[in-house]
Amino acid sequence: MADKSYEIMQSDQIASDIDGYLRDQEQKSYLRFITCGSVDDGKSTLIGRLLYDSKLIFEDQLESLESDSKKVGTQGGDIDFALLVDGLAAEREQGITIDVAYRFFTTEKRKFIVADTPGHEQYTRNMATGASTADVAIILIDARKGILTQTRRHSFITSLLGVKHIVVAINKMDLANYSKETFDEIERDYRTFVEDMGFETVECIPVSALKGDNITEAGENMSWYTGPALLKYLENIDIESHEDEAPFRMSVQWVNRPNLDFRGFSGTIVSGEVKPGDEIVALPNAQTSTVKSIVTYDGELERAGQDQAVTITLVDEIDISRGDLISEKLRRPEITDQFQAHVIWMHDDPMLPGRPYLIKLANKTTSGEITDLKYKIDVNSFEHEAGKTLSLNEVGVCNFSLDDKVVYEAYKDLAALGSFIMIDKMTNATVAAGMIDFGLRRATNVHWQAVDVDKSTRSKQKRQKPLVLWFTGLSASGKSTIANLVEKKLLALGKHTYLLDGDNVRHGLNKDLGFVDADRVENIRRVGEVSKLMVDAGLIVLTAFISPFRSERRMVRDMLDDHEFMEVFVDTPLEICEQRDPKGLYKKARSGEIKNFTGFDSPYEEPEQADIHLETADISAEEAADLVIKAIEEKYL
Amino acid sequence: MGLTHLQRLEAESIHIIREVAATCANPVMLYSIGKDSSVMMHLALKAFYPSKLPFPVMHVDTTWKFREMIEFRDRFSKDNNLDLIVHINEDGVEKGVGPFSHGSAIHTDIMKTQSLKQALNKHGFDAAFGGARRDEEKSRAKERIFSFRSDQHRWDPKNQRPELWNIYNSRIQKSESIRVFPLSNWTELDIWQYIHLENIPIVPLYFAKERPVVERDGMMVMVDDDRLPLNAGEEPIMKKVRFRTLGCYPLTGAVESNASSLTEIIQEMLLTTTSEREGRAIDKDSNASMEQKKQEGYF
Repeated sequence: MADKSYEIMQSDQIASDIDGYLRDQEQKSYLRFITCGSVDDGKSTLIGRLLYDSKLIFEDQLESLESDSKKVGTQGGDIDFALLVDGLAAEREQGITIDVAYRFFTTEKRKFIVADTPGHEQYTRNMATGASTADVAIILIDARKGILTQTRRHSFITSLLGVKHIVVAINKMDLANYSKETFDEIERDYRTFVEDMGFETVECIPVSALKGDNITEAGENMSWYTGPALLKYLENIDIESHEDEAPFRMSVQWVNRPNLDFRGFSGTIVSGEVKPGDEIVALPNAQTSTVKSIVTYDGELERAGQDQAVTITLVDEIDISRGDLISEKLRRPEITDQFQAHVIWMHDDPMLPGRPYLIKLANKTTSGEITDLKYKIDVNSFEHEAGKTLSLNEVGVCNFSLDDKVVYEAYKDLAALGSFIMIDKMTNATVAAGMIDFGLRRATNVHWQAVDVDKSTRSKQKRQKPLVLWFTGLSASGKSTIANLVEKKLLALGKHTYLLDGDNVRHGLNKDLGFVDADRVENIRRVGEVSKLMVDAGLIVLTAFISPFRSERRMVRDMLDDHEFMEVFVDTPLEICEQRDPKGLYKKARSGEIKNFTGFDSPYEEPEQADIHLETADISAEEAADLVIKAIEEKYL
Repeated sequence: MGLTHLQRLEAESIHIIREVAATCANPVMLYSIGKDSSVMMHLALKAFYPSKLPFPVMHVDTTWKFREMIEFRDRFSKDNNLDLIVHINEDGVEKGVGPFSHGSAIHTDIMKTQSLKQALNKHGFDAAFGGARRDEEKSRAKERIFSFRSDQHRWDPKNQRPELWNIYNSRIQKSESIRVFPLSNWTELDIWQYIHLENIPIVPLYFAKERPVVERDGMMVMVDDDRLPLNAGEEPIMKKVRFRTLGCYPLTGAVESNASSLTEIIQEMLLTTTSEREGRAIDKDSNASMEQKKQEGYF
């Protein structure tokens, strides 16, 4: 049974000092958490226990619970806490939780909202839904079983949705002899495997939801455990953002126009703080003005901050409509119509690249399509897999192209401007949820002039336009040889260059990568990112990589501005390459000593429209280099 | 600067109410005159200030509401310049449907559930706000904030749209409609605390007062007008009572109480041990009854 001391204390205060009690209660903070685990882990029992122990169950509900426990309970006539939580009739019969249910309970410190979601793989979307609004995730592990596939999946999804704080409730300790060794081992394993998942805090607590150990109070069975009980931990965890200087952002939800004399912009502040007199910019149109007032029903405010729903008036009459973003004038979010995002598919109809969907991001809805599914991620093993479509509950990384520009931030930086849903145009169903990784084609970042030294000043200083010359072709086709010659010629012309090839990349930056497809993709992505930095520094970058896949070459092109990427196809027939074979690789491939060799058992996707096409069978390397110089001369040199 | 839980709930509700006004063609706010409705109206007034509400407010009147509720409704809507629609199922009135002649189930179905559908169809509303909370009842805990209804106004609990972050998909086909619940994440205690904090006016029936009541089937029924048929030997007696929920007076049980101020009500509520809906006759049938009623179109 629950420890009643807290309730008695509280009741005394309610009885003797209701005003004081209300004053305290009205100042409480608020925490949303999600519980991840399956019925077998005792998840519903845990939530039922939290509700029960914090006295959120009334007598009539308790009676109904007791009669249900006798009828369908699994605890042999004892109270089955799980029955408190499993709501829909169908679920009660099947003994599983099939949707997201929200529960509420309150302690003296906090109001809690619990998203209770099913743990099975076929309910990944429900879990993602619950995690999308959670400050904290409780991951349940059965102490007898340790870390299972589902633990990995639950951790991955919470990390994908950007939940920052994890509590690992190692449950059923009563069935594991309350063993410290068992707990320590699971904690050690768990910490190792989530190391790279980006959680800010991870707390492991040994509990028995059924017996009540370490739920609200420590209890006597695990005196070796000196940390907080679960509820104490949830009451005290600090979830406030400590970024005092976050820039102001508010997405305009509704234009407030009661008469001709008043024009206000209503919305919820998603970041930072605003005061009358602040200089702002409305995006994407980039009109600037100054905040005149913050209007609310309770009077004008001197300042307003994150999560508040307000109405702002401006000094100037500028044209702002729903979906626009009002931002601090100097530090602006980015604008794009193309981006890369992680996507969770939530519908029975599979995702089809190229099909137009509606994309709703903050208060803006626009049409758009997935241009490319870069790879899928297995939610259990986290492995990257190639694929053409996404089915229900699958996670993928996709490139998007929208009909209209959107104001955004990366999801990890500001979820409110990095999250979006996809809506089927025909059925209006919500088919997917997305989280933006980064924008593509930075040319649209028109307002980066605020930075004093930028790409254009750097390139002016070098008297050249930055450029990536991307040499692609089979092994031994002559990419490096030609690229070397081109670099010499550019140097002679007084240009600032850098050559990236296998030798100087594979030994350092990418020495952790092998030759399977996923590693090849990562290899090219890194080379692309480095090239982009060098272009930003104003350099002419030459790269010599086989880079067999169109999609990766396209990815690098997308990272750069227009006219900064030239694809140079070194087109040498396979027979000639094999004759040359300077490193003896073809020989090894033929004998089967090397696997995944491009041109043999791994495909080479020829460029469809290379910017420069060098057919090397008929010309020398020197001539080929001259052709490259000639091609770029007019535009770049 | 962190917001308190009530400030966060308030901001969330305002966001939801504004979203409907901005994206739906013809929304309406259902007004039941109870405390939750009063909080919802207050939040709506806040959401659009200094504009008036950009949608009408509708009360589905079963003709058996407490008189004080009707007085309160008319005064409140006048004070706040609301565009009030009162809908009564005239078919039902003609047939003389009432809780005594037809029983509570038929009365509720015809004068409330059917009447609501009638009103929504008549005015072509595509979205209707309701003041339901997820903590009221188990099946509500799973209902989305934006909850879709077929052209028959039915709810399909197995086919709900995922609702992530605070991004709501309010797009519907022509004949469908949405119920929107801005108070989904509020608890009964939150409602009372907010009423206290914001000084929100509520119907005086919530406060204890000497009222004429008769006791039936363990429920205290207030004799609000002369339509209540008294059984042989039944004599209304004056008792100090109040109501924890408000509805049709013959179906709403009073509780004996001395709580005549807001703080006393909250005090009483916190020290009590039965849940709010116990006073409502409608939930008493089988455990899954509310889920079934909702599938059929009950709000």
